[in-house]
Amino acid sequence: MASAHTTAVAPEGGYQFYVTEDPHHHDDGEHHHETGTMLGFWIYLMSDCLIFGILFAVYAVLGQSYAAGPSPADLFELDKIALSTAFLLISSITYGFAVINMHQDKQKTMVNWLLITGLFGLGFLVMEVLEFQHLWHLGAGPGASAFLSSFWFLVGTHGLHVTCGAIWLVILLVQVKMHGLTHENKRRIMCLSLFWHFLDLIWIGVFSFVYLTGVLL
Amino acid sequence: MATSSTHIVDHSSEIHWFLGKLNWASFPFLHDPIILATLLGSCLIGAAVVAAVTYYRLWGYLWNEWFTSIDHKKIGIMYMVLGTVMLVRGFADALMMRVHQALASAGYVGFLPPHHYDQIFTVHGVIMIFFVAMPFVTGFMNYVMPLQIGARDVAFPFLNNFSFWLTVSGAILIMLSLFVGEFAATGWLAYPPLSGLTFSPGVGMDYYLWSLNIAGIGTTLSGINLVVTLVKMRAPGMDWMKMPVFCWTTLCTNVLIIGTFPVLSATLALLTADRYLGTHFFTNDMGGSPMMYVNLIWIWGHPEVYILVLPIFGIFSEVVSTFTSKRLFGYTSMVYATCVIMILSYLVWLHHFFTMGAGADVNSFFGITTMIISIPTGAKLFNWLFTMYKGRIRYELPMMWTVAFMLTFTIGGLTGVLLAIPPADHVVHNSLFLIAHFHNVIIGGVVFGIFAGISYWWPKAFGFKMDPFWGKVSFWSWVVGFYFAFMPLYVLGLMGVTRRLSQFEDTIYAVYFVLALLGALMIGIGVLSFVVQIVVSILKREELKDETGDPWGGRTLEWSTTSPPPFYNFAFSPRVYELDTWDHMKKSGYEVPKSGFLPVHMPHYTSSGIIISGLLTVMGFALIWHIMWLAAITFLASVVWGIAHTFNYNRDYYVPADEVAAIEAKRLGSVPAE
Repeated sequence: MASAHTTAVAPEGGYQFYVTEDPHHHDDGEHHHETGTMLGFWIYLMSDCLIFGILFAVYAVLGQSYAAGPSPADLFELDKIALSTAFLLISSITYGFAVINMHQDKQKTMVNWLLITGLFGLGFLVMEVLEFQHLWHLGAGPGASAFLSSFWFLVGTHGLHVTCGAIWLVILLVQVKMHGLTHENKRRIMCLSLFWHFLDLIWIGVFSFVYLTGVLL
Repeated sequence: MATSSTHIVDHSSEIHWFLGKLNWASFPFLHDPIILATLLGSCLIGAAVVAAVTYYRLWGYLWNEWFTSIDHKKIGIMYMVLGTVMLVRGFADALMMRVHQALASAGYVGFLPPHHYDQIFTVHGVIMIFFVAMPFVTGFMNYVMPLQIGARDVAFPFLNNFSFWLTVSGAILIMLSLFVGEFAATGWLAYPPLSGLTFSPGVGMDYYLWSLNIAGIGTTLSGINLVVTLVKMRAPGMDWMKMPVFCWTTLCTNVLIIGTFPVLSATLALLTADRYLGTHFFTNDMGGSPMMYVNLIWIWGHPEVYILVLPIFGIFSEVVSTFTSKRLFGYTSMVYATCVIMILSYLVWLHHFFTMGAGADVNSFFGITTMIISIPTGAKLFNWLFTMYKGRIRYELPMMWTVAFMLTFTIGGLTGVLLAIPPADHVVHNSLFLIAHFHNVIIGGVVFGIFAGISYWWPKAFGFKMDPFWGKVSFWSWVVGFYFAFMPLYVLGLMGVTRRLSQFEDTIYAVYFVLALLGALMIGIGVLSFVVQIVVSILKREELKDETGDPWGGRTLEWSTTSPPPFYNFAFSPRVYELDTWDHMKKSGYEVPKSGFLPVHMPHYTSSGIIISGLLTVMGFALIWHIMWLAAITFLASVVWGIAHTFNYNRDYYVPADEVAAIEAKRLGSVPAE
């Protein structure tokens, strides 16, 4: 016996080295994978956050390297950006309403809120595409200067994420229609919820750090 | 695609709408006899493997039981196979460099043209880090960690299979670059502006970028997977401080992976954009900043070193305590040392370019943080030594590798501290002294640890030990060969020889390069004996058979199940009361329940991982060669397949209790009753 090292006192009735009871009666059995998914998705979001972190850092370094080209004050139209920001923020609120209804198992209302969310998301994307188009026609494409490279990439990566989120939303709506509000579908809706709010958060960073600060400077 | 910028001059041939940049000139073996011979050799070996698999009708078996498997043990083994294959390739490159430099320094021209030589040192570095060390380390973490925490699989079994195939995808692209086109000639981290379109207009850099873009995603996903597994799936009773040290190092490594691989992905994506979309992140003109790339890539690159070596420290910890039959000395300090290294590894990246001119204050900061890292590392070394002190040491193969590691790694660590002093670093920056240093820690640390781990856990994976004779031949060749190969490089570095040189004017260096070549040849014997060892072990498997499941007198849970373990690992989840659970179980008298089996919840196998990765491989190839229609089709196909995969709700099933009982009845026959 390695009693000198023993830290735990043997429990009453001796050691039970194997779990012989049915784990499905326990909280820590079947639910492992479920809670694991949410944690895994959180961690994924944090890794995505790092990618945005790098893009923000790159913008911080290169954001004033105009290469004798246009600067933020020449390019950004804050009123339009304010509108698209409003679209995205509202879509987060409506997603929240969808989740509340999901928890109450009101599938139809939930689907309606998700549809509204998708429409606002689409509105945001349309505004963004219009802005990019405008810049391109001004000759302010991503190759025009280091400032514009970093701007296009930061905003574009966010837009790409919103696009993925919108596609995901459509797929989820189909899956909810097919299988109803099952446990699995609820989990997926919660993951997309995290993703959608996360993109909002990033956008607040983009709005204040890129657009507001850009015009102020 | 094209932008208004005018600085980009595409030196390559015109881009055909259907074939992209591909044409007859893309095949280097048509004019280079070395590559032709390699191609013929590879084709012969490949044909032999394909013929053998077909003859023995193994395709179905391989597809159903391995390629589509989401069993963490099989995926772990596949990672090890990938690492072994790529090790042979990476070592062949090393040997070519040593032969060439030995010739070139002795007054001959050498046999490699400079452009080819540049590709070889680049591909050697990329392969050894990304496709040898990483697969081996990930393979160990995959195979061993779930067994050590008493889990049945990882948290996301499909994701695990997908990560593996993404890594393979990157490896395939790199291997293709040998025969179709070229590889980057920029050095393994591909600093711009050299790696930009102006100075590297060929497809070599694009091979580099797409290979790592694809493989990097796999690594990040695998990192997330293993962290969630460790957080959520530990056996009941196993709180954090009862986790084996290898699991702790796995945790810290995967936290580092999650914290750094996104940085790598983002950085390489920006460089890809510079080359494909005409942006100006890292260009010399239009406001770009090449030095930003160097900073970003090393923010990934330095923690990467610890991503490789931390699990290896874990392996040595397991080996030392098993083969001295003692509890590891200073378990708690080992855990904290690992965590401290994890944090500090983020704060030292600038020591890779003290010569950038960041100023004395910045350099001092990073010099000091670098030196501080040696403290927790030193603590680990003393812990291993104190574990051995007064222990009953059994010098089996894993323990031999461990002792060789402790001696070799210490030397490498000390030269590292020397390099951490900015003024000293200015003298030897980018010299062969640096090359000797990092090979000293990577071979003396990571590679020795990989071999220790393979010989330690092989019996668990296959049910028989490895052949000790060929293992010892491999051991002595590697260890002695290492010293011959790299000690001369320290001297050469101090004499002022810089890295990546293919031609020399002064023959004074010849004697050292010849010594280094001698060492490389010895390591070559080591690599060959390792392969022979595997073959001999398989042939002599009856003789080397281990019936107990616990051939070394192990202390952790992986040894409590049979070798190889059943696909569900444990019919009954173990319950943990103490550190070194298996040792505790053996000492307190455990009893394996012989009845009362319950259905076991397991995931279904799926082919989605290999299919999506296959599509992405073709996409990567198409992008490298600018075959845009193919890239678009394969990209869309992979997305559609991925979406279709989410429509499959039938992910898992229950192994019925009587089937478990039948498997266990067979299994229990071979577990010694106590």
